[in-house]
Amino acid sequence: MNVYHPRSLLFLFTLLTDCASFSFYLLVFIFYLLVFSLKKSSYFCDLFKITKIKLDMLNHYETVFIVTPVLSEAQMKEAVEKFKGVIVAKGGEIINEENWGLRKLAYPIQKKSTGFFTMMEFMAPGELVKPLEIEYKRDERVIRFLTTRLDKYSSVYAEKRRNKKENAAKVTTEE
Amino acid sequence: MANVAPTGQSEIRYLTPPAVEVKKKKYCRFKKNKIKYVDYKDPEFLKKFLNEQGKILPRRVTGTSLKFQRKVATAVKRARHLALLPYVTDLLK
Repeated sequence: MNVYHPRSLLFLFTLLTDCASFSFYLLVFIFYLLVFSLKKSSYFCDLFKITKIKLDMLNHYETVFIVTPVLSEAQMKEAVEKFKGVIVAKGGEIINEENWGLRKLAYPIQKKSTGFFTMMEFMAPGELVKPLEIEYKRDERVIRFLTTRLDKYSSVYAEKRRNKKENAAKVTTEE
Repeated sequence: MANVAPTGQSEIRYLTPPAVEVKKKKYCRFKKNKIKYVDYKDPEFLKKFLNEQGKILPRRVTGTSLKFQRKVATAVKRARHLALLPYVTDLLK
């Protein structure tokens, strides 16, 4: 009788006594389990996907975009609100919003020499950026945009900038 | 050799004393001021690293360390994209 035959009742006992082969069979067993579960059932796939998203969830992003100066103030505000809505709808959280107003461009874009600049900082999963940029491209009011992910140093810098702005706002309200 | 005025003796005298170049040691302003991040939203600061035509100055002129020169370069390029800085001009500054 073959003691290593899986159907044998002695199988487990023999494995337990023989440590080396036990660990080896255990590894093989786990490997097979993983491979089959990954191939056949979607349970493990889902589990991995979820953990992956949770791990790299919520990056710190910053987006600057230029709205065409042809619009009125109200129309410009509406455009900004639209993109804010896009970010929030896709699971982002807006931390900071800065309106730089009508600024002169260093070179003409689409024959316009000025533009309304808006800067937004937000926490969001990475999947948000692509749809956001597609929205920018589709919208004719936006003439330029830039989205960047902030690393640890730039996050600190952004925080300082935010605090400075808040303090400035406080001072003006107190006065 | 207009500024060399030979006298009767063999020694050479200069009308103006020769400028002894005291080389000022260059330093990286980011390392000195402990700046960790180069902001692309601040064109006035980035202009320090550009020449009059809006070109990025080399490291040998500004003394920036390699690490920050790279960061300056990306920041300048981002600022150019957003029309905060020009790609080409004359008489910037």
